[in-house]
Amino acid sequence: MSSPEQWTHPEPGGGPAATAAKPTPEQVIAGLRATNEGGAELVELLTPEGERVANPEFDQYVDDIGAEQLRGLYRDMVLVRRADREGNALQRQGQLGIWVPLLGQEAAQIGAGRALKPQDMVFPSYREHGVAWCRGVKPEQILATFRGTQHSDWDPVEHRFHPYTIVIGNQVLNATGYAMGQKFEGKVGNEPDAEATMVFFGDGATSQGDVHEGFVWAAVYDAPVVFYCQNNQWAISEPTERQSRLPLYQRARGYGFPGIRVDGNDVLACLAVSRWALEQCRSGNGPVLIEAFTYRMDAHTTSDDPTRYRLSDELEAWKLKDPIERVRVHLVRSGMAEQEFFDEVQLEADQLASELRAYCFNMPDPPAERIFSQVYAGGNPLLERQRDEYVQYLAGFEGGAH
Amino acid sequence: MDQRTAVTAASTKLTMGKAINSGLRAAMERDPKVIVMGEDVGKMGGVYRITDGLQKDFGEHRVLDTPLAESGIVGTAVGLAVRGFRPVCEIQFEGFIFPAFDQINSQVAKLHYRTQGMLKVPLVIRVPFGGGVGAVEHHSESPESLFAHLPGIKVVSCSNPVDAYWMIQQAIECDDPVLFFEPKRRYHEKAEVDTEATPYPLFRSRVVREGSTATLAAYGPMVKTCLDAANAATEDGHELEVIDLRTLSPLDLDPVFESVRRTGHLVVVSEAPGEVSIASEIADRVQRECFYSLEAPVLKVTGFDTPYPPSKVEEEYLPDLDRVLDAVDRSLAW
Ligand SMILES: Cc1ncc(C[n+]2csc(CCOP(=O)(O)OP(=O)(O)O)c2C)c(N)n1
Ligand SMILES: [Mg+2]
Repeated sequence: MSSPEQWTHPEPGGGPAATAAKPTPEQVIAGLRATNEGGAELVELLTPEGERVANPEFDQYVDDIGAEQLRGLYRDMVLVRRADREGNALQRQGQLGIWVPLLGQEAAQIGAGRALKPQDMVFPSYREHGVAWCRGVKPEQILATFRGTQHSDWDPVEHRFHPYTIVIGNQVLNATGYAMGQKFEGKVGNEPDAEATMVFFGDGATSQGDVHEGFVWAAVYDAPVVFYCQNNQWAISEPTERQSRLPLYQRARGYGFPGIRVDGNDVLACLAVSRWALEQCRSGNGPVLIEAFTYRMDAHTTSDDPTRYRLSDELEAWKLKDPIERVRVHLVRSGMAEQEFFDEVQLEADQLASELRAYCFNMPDPPAERIFSQVYAGGNPLLERQRDEYVQYLAGFEGGAH
Repeated sequence: MDQRTAVTAASTKLTMGKAINSGLRAAMERDPKVIVMGEDVGKMGGVYRITDGLQKDFGEHRVLDTPLAESGIVGTAVGLAVRGFRPVCEIQFEGFIFPAFDQINSQVAKLHYRTQGMLKVPLVIRVPFGGGVGAVEHHSESPESLFAHLPGIKVVSCSNPVDAYWMIQQAIECDDPVLFFEPKRRYHEKAEVDTEATPYPLFRSRVVREGSTATLAAYGPMVKTCLDAANAATEDGHELEVIDLRTLSPLDLDPVFESVRRTGHLVVVSEAPGEVSIASEIADRVQRECFYSLEAPVLKVTGFDTPYPPSKVEEEYLPDLDRVLDAVDRSLAW
């Protein structure tokens, strides 16, 4: 009996041709979609049931994660989920134009985010509120983008966290160039200040030319960049098999660098694999592709209605793999946390949400002059004139001239 | 009676979005070589539901949910067109057309010329464009001038459901590649569409409101803004003529020249940045053709020459009724 793994792992000479782009009913029944199975090569350290499984290769990357650290990861995930839900609610109440939920991807983002060192650089797409959290960007600072008061509101240099990029795939090339710069400036090696870059993108993005070119450039220049693909199974309404016949992590081989698939709902595994990949990069063995196998539990954005294109069974199956619940179970079972701790985190989450809410309600609109500012670093007399004329025009209304 | 308001047995009230959908459907029924391709156009029916129901009725081989890559969408459409298909590509938002710019400029626009006319590229690229919808970056731009600047492709924009219904079908029937700009903020505007009427020609502009005081020329989303301005101007005793340009490349300016010769005043209105734009081109042509009729310079009311701003200030960025009337006043007072 052939298996989905065979269809999606075409070994040279063996097995049937991969047919994920057009699976037969038989293949679909046999689970080719594999929406809740990461496959045999999935790195997992904490099972959905909250059981810690030994991994000879990756345990060493999390051997410093004791009770306190694990509670920290749990707290991170609960807080970013709470902020995310509040963002969603604020949009529903008309306070934000749109919200892009991260629900379900907390482990993939916190695991990667906590693996980064302060000197590393990060290029997010638009869903990385959890990574932003790890880079010291407050949830408040993310609101501006979605409320429409600014395109981007944090200092990318201070946080070493680039602005969100909405045009799918663009940031992958930008990150690769940044990493080339780290290499050119000798920041790769065994010194403690060695740097790496991590870039985030989705399963859909892997089809874009920019992403392929990023892979090529990174390989040719040995750029210290970790390509972190969150495969959340959907690109708006299109399932991952619309983008690839092959599991995405296996693409790396074709470009000449390692690819690895990690359980994206396992914060410990994401942390371990990210630490490994960043270390590879910092020490000069980059680039690396990580496919964090996860699930988009909510709509694509608040403008989207997923009932039009996916079945709720899928969602139900993934609920059983919740990234936060498995850590909670593990903490309780192994006696690493008492009820008091969970209550405290809950309280903190509620407080974070109410602060976020208050902040949002008090955000001022930018003045009309904002339209004209910071278009050029060196200014532009034409724009200065347009601004002056416009301000004068607006002043006419105040005088009742119109 | 004007066909846009004629009510017959074949007449139904449609939104612009639904009118494009019906036009696509009619074209697909008529010609089995018409195929629709793009991101999320199939099962979901597009983020604006413009292709709603088409995959269900015509099948996956005629309505393709493509991989996420615009250069791929347009580049493969070129091959399909050369092979004899008539692809209708959807670019999800105008801000995402740029990965395809190379294919549009280098192949779509030039294949016919390069092959001494031996190859035709009869494809349509549908592009929701323009602002006013409170969106994040890259969802509100007006890049049409960039495309009108490319010799070899035709560029049109509809402003109302009736035109939308006919123009999409005419664009599909056209043997040249057509960029079809859809004013997304007008998708929900409704009108009576008579599917048995004789359509107005695709590459022609037209007067949509007659007047003698001054002329307003606009396209896409700004046509409604100009019509509203013209209605408001009657309070001041002004009768503004409004011209819907409809075709941006080639421009059809005869109705504009004819109008300006009567009114002596022209205001061109567009959301796009005004410098080096379609609006500038119109100003140039009108001052050459109507020099002795003009009683004031041609004025432009456009978006500013900045990137599209955060949505909280987009109402200030976009031309509105007041800015249009202010320009009319300045022109009349010249
Ligand atoms: C170049 C480009 N084309 C289209 C879009 C519209 N769009 C926004 S998100 C998206 C799907 C992205 O899917 P994926 O890469 O899997 O990321 P996810 O949203 O699932 O995190 C699309 C098509 C875009 N933003 N940029
Ligand atoms: Mg995705």
